[in-house]
Amino acid sequence: MANINLAAEGGVVNSAPGSGSHEFDAAKTRTQGQLVLRRFLRHRLAMVSLGVFVFLVLFAFVGPFVWTYDYEDVTSKSYQPMSGTHPLGTTQVGKDMLALLMRGTAYSLQIALIVAALATAIGVTFGALAGYLRGFIDTVLMRLVDLLLIIPQIAVAAIVVKGFSGSWYVVALVLAAFAWMSIARITRGETLSLAQREFIEAARACGASTPRIIFKHLVPNMIGSITVNATLAIAAAVLTEAALSFLGLGVQPPDTSLGVIVLENYGQFMNRPWLFWGPFIVLVSLSLAVNFIGDGLRDAFDPRQTKVRA
Amino acid sequence: MIRYIIRRLLISIPILLIGSFACYVLVATAGNPLAEMRFRPGVTEADLKAAEVALGLDKPVFIRYWNWLTDFLSGDWGQSIALGQAKTAVFPAVTDALWTTGRLVIGAELLALTLGVSVGVLAAVRQYSIFDYLATSTAFLMFSMPIFCVAVIVKNYGIQFNNVLESMGLDRWLTTAGPRPGGFSGSFGEVIFKYTGTFLLPTVALMLISFAAYSRFERASMLEILHSDFVRTARAKGISQSRVIFKHAFRNALIPVSTLFSLNFGAVLSGAIITETVFGWAGMGTLLVNSVRQFDPPMLMGWLAVTATLIVLFNLIADVVYGILDPRIRLG
Repeated sequence: MANINLAAEGGVVNSAPGSGSHEFDAAKTRTQGQLVLRRFLRHRLAMVSLGVFVFLVLFAFVGPFVWTYDYEDVTSKSYQPMSGTHPLGTTQVGKDMLALLMRGTAYSLQIALIVAALATAIGVTFGALAGYLRGFIDTVLMRLVDLLLIIPQIAVAAIVVKGFSGSWYVVALVLAAFAWMSIARITRGETLSLAQREFIEAARACGASTPRIIFKHLVPNMIGSITVNATLAIAAAVLTEAALSFLGLGVQPPDTSLGVIVLENYGQFMNRPWLFWGPFIVLVSLSLAVNFIGDGLRDAFDPRQTKVRA
Repeated sequence: MIRYIIRRLLISIPILLIGSFACYVLVATAGNPLAEMRFRPGVTEADLKAAEVALGLDKPVFIRYWNWLTDFLSGDWGQSIALGQAKTAVFPAVTDALWTTGRLVIGAELLALTLGVSVGVLAAVRQYSIFDYLATSTAFLMFSMPIFCVAVIVKNYGIQFNNVLESMGLDRWLTTAGPRPGGFSGSFGEVIFKYTGTFLLPTVALMLISFAAYSRFERASMLEILHSDFVRTARAKGISQSRVIFKHAFRNALIPVSTLFSLNFGAVLSGAIITETVFGWAGMGTLLVNSVRQFDPPMLMGWLAVTATLIVLFNLIADVVYGILDPRIRLG
């Protein structure tokens, strides 16, 4: 500690007036957002993960236009081994695994992104409302959170999907309905402390409405934790969707997703391992990449945490 | 403390009531249990009407919920109405499944907790060592791993291990199916052999996932404590390193993990559901999947009521344990 102080003081004393003002200018012209972006861009693991994520997005949404086979094409032979024409072989009904993987990744990504966006929107709105208004609304919203937390998400999702056909957007909506609670709790906690600060009081004194205070004053100040939790929600949604579909209770054929692909092919683990490891690698790299991006964002938004945290 | 527990129990009653009503409405709107009957040959409109009256489906949902609730509380959990189940009673079906799942979950969680805490503490004490990097990256990897993939991998390598054992002239040890309903028979050694063989693979699969969360969490809280002032004071007093770590830091770093252990119950349960499905155990997971597939409202309600009650109980335990371990938290 003492060393750091000495170095800092030494730096100030030693710097010549010219170079000092130059550094000062450089520091002044950077906004908070630029600082965060710089720190994020320098986070090596997060940048690699971002690359992997972008690659997977391209694989899922551009890949089908490039690749010879469509996910619906049924080729003549079932269970062909890996070859030049079928890099990951074919499935039992003779569909090309690579084309299936593109389609499955696209659906899993769509579902995960919708879940994360909806869950973040609901969670932030409810959490900020509860933390800012307090009193009765706070009690009602937080009891609602308690209530939703006691019902196992996977069971309710399964029942609803069963009741309303297994379209992918139904799965996304149900998962979102049960994914916003943790974000609401975090947002509420932050709002509780932020709402005590002078700038909120000033905004209220100026006659700003509650929605304006929440979305113009509170939310921008919580953008760090909101972004991080939204990213982590994507990773969680990828895994939950896959698990639900793996049980046969999520996305239903003819729609497909990574979970459905694993479900249909894991019986071939011993004889045709590529049919299992292909979707496995896509699924794990997707969730790992998103988790690492979230970690990088957390470090970028709050560099103090890096010292203690992993 | 007793007053606090009683108050919390009283609060959970309305939560459970509202929760069970929400579940009932959900199950009632999700589908018509008689939909399949309509397409069976020889079923007339009058038969359908009679079945509807017999099941009480002609009454409004409030009255049906009230009837279900009073029956449920008096111990009559109803009968399965799925096809081909010969009207299985819900109560024994759910409790049997719970017993199967419980044995799996408790073993896996205790193992995961012990391993996770030890690895987390070691990684924190030797921060930035090779062990730390290894443990942290393994935990991160497991954390991002879909549990069904872990279960599939563990299961298949278990089968290969069996093949190796067989080629060495030994018995196949690991079982990739659920425990037999009648329990294990034979001599003591045989029972141990069969028991471990049956439980080892699913326990390992389930453990790996929880282990990741516990070790990450324990490492973070241990690091935080090791950097705190009172630990520095203890070191400055000249207390030995091991005493500082175990008497001062470790005890405090256990507090957050112990609450995670109880709060994690919902996640562990869904992990168990998936593990069971892969290994074909007849536990809560299989019961849920079958009841949803065949659309069996009484069974689903029994399932939901039991799990919701358990989750509420575990949340209460988490709060009580937190209060006992950390005297700074005042309950009440």
